[in-house]
Amino acid sequence: MLQEKTPSRAKPAITLEGISKSFPGVRALSDVSLALYPGSVTALIGENGAGKSTLVKILTGIYQPDSGVIRVADSDTTFPTALAAARAGVTAIHQETVLFDELSVAENIFLGHAPRNRFGLIDWKKLNADAEALLHRAGADFDPTIRLRDLGIAKKHLVAIARALSVDAQVVIMDEPTAALSHKEIHELYALIERLKADGKAILFISHKFDEIFRIADRYTVFRDGTMVGEGLIAEVSQDDLVRMMVGRAVDSVYPKKEVRIGEPVLTVSGYRHPTEFEDINFELRRGEILGFYGLVGAGRSEFMQSLIGITHPSAGAVKLDGEVLVIRSPAEAIRAGIVYVPEERGRQGAIIGMPIFQNVTLPSLSHTSRSGFLKLADEFALAREYTSRLDLRAASLDQDVGTLSGGNQQKVVIAKWLATKPKVIILDEPTKGIDIGSKAAVHAFMSELAAQGLSVIMVSSEIPEIMGMSDRVIVMREGRIAGRFERSELTAERLVRAAAGIETQLNGRAA
Amino acid sequence: MIAKLLKNREILLVVAVVVLLALIALRFPAFVAPFNLARVYNDTSILIILALGQMAVILTRCIDLSMAANLALCGMVAAMLNAAFPGLPIPLIILAAMALGGLLGMINGTLVWKLDIPPIVVTLGTLTIFRGLIFLLTDGKWINAHEMSEAFKALPRLDLAGVPVLSWLSLLMVCVMFLVMSRTPLGRAFYAVGGNPHAAIYTGIDVGRTRFFAYCLSGTLAGLSGYLWVSRYAVAYVDIAAGFELDIIAACVIGGISIAGGIGSVAGAVLGALFLGVIKNALPVINISPFAQMAISGTVIIIAVAVNARAERRKGRVILRKAEAV
Repeated sequence: MLQEKTPSRAKPAITLEGISKSFPGVRALSDVSLALYPGSVTALIGENGAGKSTLVKILTGIYQPDSGVIRVADSDTTFPTALAAARAGVTAIHQETVLFDELSVAENIFLGHAPRNRFGLIDWKKLNADAEALLHRAGADFDPTIRLRDLGIAKKHLVAIARALSVDAQVVIMDEPTAALSHKEIHELYALIERLKADGKAILFISHKFDEIFRIADRYTVFRDGTMVGEGLIAEVSQDDLVRMMVGRAVDSVYPKKEVRIGEPVLTVSGYRHPTEFEDINFELRRGEILGFYGLVGAGRSEFMQSLIGITHPSAGAVKLDGEVLVIRSPAEAIRAGIVYVPEERGRQGAIIGMPIFQNVTLPSLSHTSRSGFLKLADEFALAREYTSRLDLRAASLDQDVGTLSGGNQQKVVIAKWLATKPKVIILDEPTKGIDIGSKAAVHAFMSELAAQGLSVIMVSSEIPEIMGMSDRVIVMREGRIAGRFERSELTAERLVRAAAGIETQLNGRAA
Repeated sequence: MIAKLLKNREILLVVAVVVLLALIALRFPAFVAPFNLARVYNDTSILIILALGQMAVILTRCIDLSMAANLALCGMVAAMLNAAFPGLPIPLIILAAMALGGLLGMINGTLVWKLDIPPIVVTLGTLTIFRGLIFLLTDGKWINAHEMSEAFKALPRLDLAGVPVLSWLSLLMVCVMFLVMSRTPLGRAFYAVGGNPHAAIYTGIDVGRTRFFAYCLSGTLAGLSGYLWVSRYAVAYVDIAAGFELDIIAACVIGGISIAGGIGSVAGAVLGALFLGVIKNALPVINISPFAQMAISGTVIIIAVAVNARAERRKGRVILRKAEAV
């Protein structure tokens, strides 16, 4: 699979060799090598969780590799801090720029290394003049004295580039820089990348979008499950090759998927739209079904789910539950109707640390555990005991603070909380993100069990094996729209990736 | 066992109050006589009632700086009602003061809920407005003891089974608030909103509405305190209870109610208020100047916050260790 390496015109600006990095329970990167050449754009491609962001963090000094060598200008080096990486000429431009909204453009460019006058104070005249020159080099023509908050994201990228130029960065990492840009802005970014190339910078370009990879990159590197599975020249590779390298494995059949008789439609969503986040969402969810929602991060899946349960409000659209039209204005109404949402960020949106386990479990069900406005503690304990034992929660006492539990057990408390409301539809947003393999298997088994009991499940996931292993049907979202619908029998990793990335399809996957 | 008990905030506070009393008793044994302790409790009653209201607000990650001004306005209105209609039954005047206080609390709550203005700004604004309203109502004139009816002034002092009505009222409020906090969905919502507002939204709790009710509660209790204050001291003017909002917040903070929200208890609020009450009553007795009193109160507040912050940090470490073990 490895493409023949073409002899490079120049020495690499930076080389990584044999980099490995593990986190407790996860091997994020395993023996990865990468070379970035001056005047060349290298595309870094891989699924979510393939190890791209870990690599970026190692390159920018935020993580330390467990083993391996970083070489800059022929000498081995380490980046113990972000500052060390910046001093070595490595700079990163993120999707959401990390700059300071309340400072001026010039201050942002020179933050930390502003020119000083002979009294040691900031030389504002020189600062603004130098900033203007740098902005000009970056192809920008706006006033360096305006506040950053008044600029759009594309122009903030330009400021970030000017900042990179100000420290004479030789290596520029762009982490999905176009994710938040408009069409016109993307073309301005391409022009800027061309200028940086002409300037001899080495560029690492991370993107999920194949059209822009083929438009802008010279070389490619593909990661899968923390290893490098292919690299070479873009000119010598096809989109199909890249997709195959990205997914390239048979999905292991270890998923505890149960055969369930799919029943009548429970939830029907039609014409759902939001002014900025999604549109044209139509689907049916049947009894006992697990419906997977796949897509790239930021495809609008969570946003749609939050709108479905009344946290945000759609501008149009209708929901039917068990054949009856339903208007959901708040999460409380969604819970009452029988639709619950288990959010993705469990730390922030899940358990309430500081509260005992039983109170966490009964929080959305208090109307069932109270009589004439007063809570019945005995009923609360009974409810909490019933559902936590079904999930095999390991805790000394239900009176214990939920914060003293491990991550996997906190997850069980959160799920027990939702099951205790006796829902008809349960929406699980990235249900296994960030938990260990054992807990993952338990969550999957439990999900199958729920479906077998006649509950309808929507599972939002960005992990292809999980989507393919658990779903009866899959809806793929891309840029706020439904980009594909697949029956379980039609599922292939290639089809999912193509639909999510928006590659024109020659296969017979039904792109909508 | 003892170490575990000492980790309990409320028990720690009881120990602190007892130690404080013991220290005072060394120099002035009469201070800890039952009769005198009952007198100290009675003297702290209004602070306890106010701290209970403030507790509800702080639990939801908000703050009510306007409580003392609310108290002053409601107290003034109660006094004016009494002066204008001396025949009006006192319970009716108390209800009117509580209703007015609740209304003022609703104004705070609405601004925080519907306009999403930071609570500290809202209540700083209403604090000034409430004081200004008193001035507009009275032209800065005082209502003095001779303008108030005897019944109006007598109620808080009225003896019931050897204990003044003022103390009974505060005990009643402690019981009511204990019920609200531990046995009603609203009380549970206060903790949930302060503990993790994002998670609370997903469980169907309306964060803004919960905060609104917390302000209604603190306002109503401030209204009740307004009548009690004015009748007890038999005078009403623009500046009564000026600066008292800080004592209320101090009582909560000493009582272990986390300014970051979600942590605290009725017992904590009561003990925090009692701690301040003991200091206030004891220091003059052992001849310490009022200025040193303020410094001592301030020092106690900072120590209390430091102790609480340490307790919470230790909790954080436990989570990490367990998470690593997975």
